[in-house]
Amino acid sequence: MTSYLLRRSAFLLVSFVIAMMAIFVLLRLLPGDPSNALLSVTATPEQIAAAQAQVGADRPVLEQFLAWFAQLTRFDLGESFISSLPVWPEIAARLTVTVPLTLMAFALALVISLVAGVVAAIKADRWYGILISAISQLGVAVPVFWVGILMVSVFSVGLRWLPSSGFPRDDWADPADALRSLTLPVITVALVMSASLTRYVRSATLDVVGSDYLRSARAQGSGYTEALWRHGLRNGAVPVISILGIELATTFLGAVVVESVFGLPGLGSMLLKAIEQHDYPNIQGVLFVSTLVVLVIGFLADVAQRLIDPRLRVSISGNR
Amino acid sequence: MSAVVSALAVVAPARRRSWTLVAGLVLVGAVVLVAVISLVWLPYAPADTTGTRLEGPSLAHWIGTDKLGRDLATQLMSGARIALLVGLSSVAVGAVIGITVGLVAAFAESWLDDSISAALDVVIAFPVLLLAMLIVAAQGASLGSVIVAIGLAMSAVVARLTRVLTKRVLGEQYVTAARTSGTRWPGIVARHILPNIWPTLSVNLALQFGVAVLAEASLSYLGLGAPPPNASWGRLLQEAQGTVVTAPLGAIAPGIALIMLVIGVNFIADGLRDVADPARKGRR
Amino acid sequence: MTLLSVTSLGVQTAAGRPLVSDLSFELAAGARLGLIGESGSGKSVTSLAVTGLLGAGLVATGSVHLDGVEVVGAAERALVPLRGRVASVVFQEPLTALDPLMRIGRQLAEPIARHRGLRGAALRAAVAEALDEVSLDEKRIARAYPHEISGGQRQRAAIAIALGSRPRLLIADEPTTALDVTVQAQILRLLDDLVDARGMALLFISHDLAVVSAMTREVLVMSSGVAVERGSIERVLSAPADPYTAQLVRSARALDGMLGER
Repeated sequence: MTSYLLRRSAFLLVSFVIAMMAIFVLLRLLPGDPSNALLSVTATPEQIAAAQAQVGADRPVLEQFLAWFAQLTRFDLGESFISSLPVWPEIAARLTVTVPLTLMAFALALVISLVAGVVAAIKADRWYGILISAISQLGVAVPVFWVGILMVSVFSVGLRWLPSSGFPRDDWADPADALRSLTLPVITVALVMSASLTRYVRSATLDVVGSDYLRSARAQGSGYTEALWRHGLRNGAVPVISILGIELATTFLGAVVVESVFGLPGLGSMLLKAIEQHDYPNIQGVLFVSTLVVLVIGFLADVAQRLIDPRLRVSISGNR
Repeated sequence: MSAVVSALAVVAPARRRSWTLVAGLVLVGAVVLVAVISLVWLPYAPADTTGTRLEGPSLAHWIGTDKLGRDLATQLMSGARIALLVGLSSVAVGAVIGITVGLVAAFAESWLDDSISAALDVVIAFPVLLLAMLIVAAQGASLGSVIVAIGLAMSAVVARLTRVLTKRVLGEQYVTAARTSGTRWPGIVARHILPNIWPTLSVNLALQFGVAVLAEASLSYLGLGAPPPNASWGRLLQEAQGTVVTAPLGAIAPGIALIMLVIGVNFIADGLRDVADPARKGRR
Repeated sequence: MTLLSVTSLGVQTAAGRPLVSDLSFELAAGARLGLIGESGSGKSVTSLAVTGLLGAGLVATGSVHLDGVEVVGAAERALVPLRGRVASVVFQEPLTALDPLMRIGRQLAEPIARHRGLRGAALRAAVAEALDEVSLDEKRIARAYPHEISGGQRQRAAIAIALGSRPRLLIADEPTTALDVTVQAQILRLLDDLVDARGMALLFISHDLAVVSAMTREVLVMSSGVAVERGSIERVLSAPADPYTAQLVRSARALDGMLGER
């Protein structure tokens, strides 16, 4: 396990560096110079050169990357082209919206889908089991922002229970206020995420319920519920944990999208604004954080899976 | 048999499965039909703003008008074209790239295979929409970059599946026989591998089509999709968001159209899976 | 009182297709019976019906008395005390029959603790003894996961687990089919010895005439869910009364002849 952890950490590091290089190159090599953003259409060649020097676009791409990467290691993400404000504090401020939103939505989705998935599998012949399966089938086809729009129209505009958009100006100074702003977004993301999670939980439960080892345990005199707890829980957890990484990453993304619906000042709105303004340091900063989050989540999911399942000892990334 | 046991255990819902393919074909067929009709006939010109703003449904405007007075049915019909176009093209892009990479990995020396697999594992950790946002962020929003972005993003999943399936086929005796008898690899790919992996691969591609349609709608909703003359369902939703209470149909209709199409392809994928793998019938 | 008495047992699918019809047999304490038939003949379904472990969607009719308790139609609550204590099962495929995520030692401790009420050091000693009984290296195997040991070792472990609860009837459902021939012979000898030593009754199920004849003197031949012939193995082999049995014997002879054995 120690050697696995070392190898998997090295893999995490290498893949992160490569991912950052890919993002950097993707942003530089494609049409649209970063300095364009600073200039009006009537700029003189001197102004263009000055702007390029300011953003470092006059140097070779590799040099630019090394300089940027050196900064990264100090958690310095540079300064915005547009506002000249440092990128990292801006991201840190926005993470206080996106991270709680993601984690709360994920936790809620997990609770919903564990209950719904197990019920759907064990009570597959009852009307409510079939209903849960049908709803989860429907749910994976529903775009998260559409649910958000409907939520706003029903609960904020219609019933006036909760704020429709925005976040307290003083952030978490009044936690209750902040939580009120996050309630609808959390429910929205959680509902959509629980659809696909429920399908995985249901399928894992079906595998457990139909498994030979459960039958042998019962043939040895174990009660059904006891066998489910003792043998089913861990076996059912393996396939579910293996997709939790990508599901958490998807929840993070869902949070980013839903921020637009609810006008939340999170990472998503920062990214959209930066893209609109060709503000490369901000784009890179947000993508840096998102990539880091996704890769670390993948790392944790792989390690967790290995802790439970002794059969996984083959590949570095554990996905084969 | 004890009642408790039969209640606790699973009933394989075999009878349910036969109609998923039919239901899927009906749903997708309806969207395709609308898209085809929209090519030759639309109720109004897409840019026609002569209607009253935010009108309710009427004979003149079946599902009302938007905040600029444009006919929603017209917008919805041309949106079907965009959804199908982006879905099909990005699946084509993803399939060509993914299958090629997957085959290369499966045939390659182990160091190259391992490197490709590791790279795919990293890419797959990212949701398709996030990768597509990244690519669109770099390229700028246009119909082309949306298609390329979604196609590239899904290609990693396709590549990994192709690699696994191909390795399985390569392990079969008849393939070994063909290889030892001197058949070159293009021949093996065309004669043995593609026909064998296609049933499973096509199920996945159908599912990817649904992912692509949803990703396109999300990109358009976020303002990263095809720019305005293209009436994407995602953009319709974004435009209708502000007026959802006064004119709810504008926000509901595109959402339902989207769900219909995605559920339709998911149903088709389910149906195809049952054809490809009857043993899985009733399970998902 | 007979240990196991099966009377007009029928098993149908939910759709009403019969898998077993009108099957009757008895098995006294310490007696042995072989159940022969090709796959799909209903012999495995019979073994599951006897312990009330039929999968969902399968319905049993008729009567099965296990240690005097009616199994058909019984509540799960009534069946749990019978399983393990009265009858225990060894299944065909030990790789899937064992929990892949649990060390063999813990899986073996489960029935021993449940049925013999042992804890702590006494339990550990009983586990070691049980592994020793099936000729498994106690130190290594107890700490191993099922995927870490060979097919033969897995089946030995499965036998140890089935016997851990000290059953009076052992049901062995194609216990050697998943194993290669040399290992097969060792497992059969092990089963034979253990059943003998403990005076257990044995219901031995197989499609293989040679394997069954190594284990039991009495056989019941099943075809398409119906008992077509029963009697001593010698008589069934030498003078099969039913055409199906005759065919079974012929093909077994042909196979033996081809292999140049016996």
